[in-house]
Amino acid sequence: MNSKIGYLVAIALLLVLPFVVYPVFLMKLLCFALFASAFNLILGFGGLLSFGHAAFFGGAGYITGHALKVWGLPTELGILFGALTAGLLGVLIGMLAIRRQGIYFAMITLAMAQMVYFIFVSSDFTGGENGLQGVPRGYALGFIDLQNDLSMYYFVLTIFIVAFAIIARTVHSPFGQVLSAIRDNEDRATSLGYDVDRYKLLAFVLSATFAGLAGGTKTVVFQLASLTDSHWHMSGEVVLMTLLGGLGTIVGPSVGAAIIITLQNYLASGPLGAWVPVVLGLIFVVCVLAFRRGVIGELQAFIRKSF
Amino acid sequence: MSDAAPYILETQGLTKEFKGFTAVDTVDLKVRRHQIHALIGPNGAGKTTVFNLLTKFLIPTRGKISFNGQDITKTKSADISRKGVVRSFQISAVFPQMTARENVRVALQRKLGTSFHFWRPLSSLNQLNERADELLDMVGLNKFADSVVGDMAYGRKRALEIATTLAMEPELMLLDEPTQGMGREDVDLVTQLIKKVSADRTILMVEHNLGVVSTLCDTVTVLQRGAVLTEGDYDTVSADPRVKEAYMGKAA
Repeated sequence: MNSKIGYLVAIALLLVLPFVVYPVFLMKLLCFALFASAFNLILGFGGLLSFGHAAFFGGAGYITGHALKVWGLPTELGILFGALTAGLLGVLIGMLAIRRQGIYFAMITLAMAQMVYFIFVSSDFTGGENGLQGVPRGYALGFIDLQNDLSMYYFVLTIFIVAFAIIARTVHSPFGQVLSAIRDNEDRATSLGYDVDRYKLLAFVLSATFAGLAGGTKTVVFQLASLTDSHWHMSGEVVLMTLLGGLGTIVGPSVGAAIIITLQNYLASGPLGAWVPVVLGLIFVVCVLAFRRGVIGELQAFIRKSF
Repeated sequence: MSDAAPYILETQGLTKEFKGFTAVDTVDLKVRRHQIHALIGPNGAGKTTVFNLLTKFLIPTRGKISFNGQDITKTKSADISRKGVVRSFQISAVFPQMTARENVRVALQRKLGTSFHFWRPLSSLNQLNERADELLDMVGLNKFADSVVGDMAYGRKRALEIATTLAMEPELMLLDEPTQGMGREDVDLVTQLIKKVSADRTILMVEHNLGVVSTLCDTVTVLQRGAVLTEGDYDTVSADPRVKEAYMGKAA
């Protein structure tokens, strides 16, 4: 009940926010919030540390960009196509990685993502170092001009809300229960008759698909798909966002993404400039040392204790 | 069904070798239906390894395992459990971040066939709550249905584990040291519980507490260095000088 009110307030806030804050910044924030939420599905609820999610985020960015610019697909279809391609890539990488646990899982996902990265570096369609530029934003539903930042914002917000709702439902579903059980005690889940690898694979593919949805949407917003999004830095950044906001909480990753993106944006233009990564690093260290459950995780623990 | 067959589980020449070390050595085990059968032996005798082989958490090097007359030597862990052989673990195996009711419900929900349905609401599982609460009631945990399991006392976790195992309606329960690390009161409680749930079921258990073995078990198999030393009812086995020797070393 309380969370329902919370979500309604959040949506109301997101609806009026572009009149106060620069919409493009908000859109970037929403894309990363979605990316982190998708990532949280596999780390927070599946217990698997993927270090290759940039491949899905950045990969879908290129695919969506190419589909819109070269094939001239409608915007919605282009984004959907990017997300589904990321999901397919998730099936491939997932099938190789899912049998391993812990650090080995992280290493395989990283290695696969690096391979994908080098394919992008050397392919012609990605534009290499220059990136894929001049992606048209197109029209939503065929008639709403997305060149207008405000229309684009509400388009992105709709994608975000729908995707966020599906992710939240996934967590609170029969599948989510099995996934939590596997995260908590894999052997026990096996002994209860669950083929754990199949559940982990589905979680991984869902996570990859939504990461792709975020990446494709970001390409449309900025009309650009670049190598930065598939670089391993991006895989690290999403871990940071998720941990900072609160691993295994529904809204934590979005909050974490908001904090990181805001800091990056506002600190970079201030006197700190090039020192932003150092500041972020410090924040991360403080987070790990002082509040391990992340902003939202600590908040929830505090509320549980006090009421 | 082969219900008439006296043995529910049989192994022939079951062997597990780890790089030259034989952990389990040609074990022929026969577990009679509707009995409580104990597997005892000194540390390192290979009891838990036998459990791991039976449930395919380890792959046997040689030998054959059959359940209800059916060869299950090559069957995967999850499938074995679906056939009705469900194990517990030496270290209490619960899902710590879930509530007690959710723990039991995870075992119940597979039968609904919706376990891959990520779009279905959690409330679709509420139809299982009644059965889950019955099982919790059976092990005396009805008051703790909504408690998160991670914070529960050790004895309660083990009781919950038994409730979760029961939810699978296993024909054969494999209990790996169900009373390990427990205080006396909890040991009595769990012993009672095992007695209670053994009706209509077969139980194979690894147990160190000989008091528990003597009160509960119909047949006792003694393992030593991976091989069967002797087998029989508790009185016969405990009178066997070789068994004393295995535990205590040669009398000086």
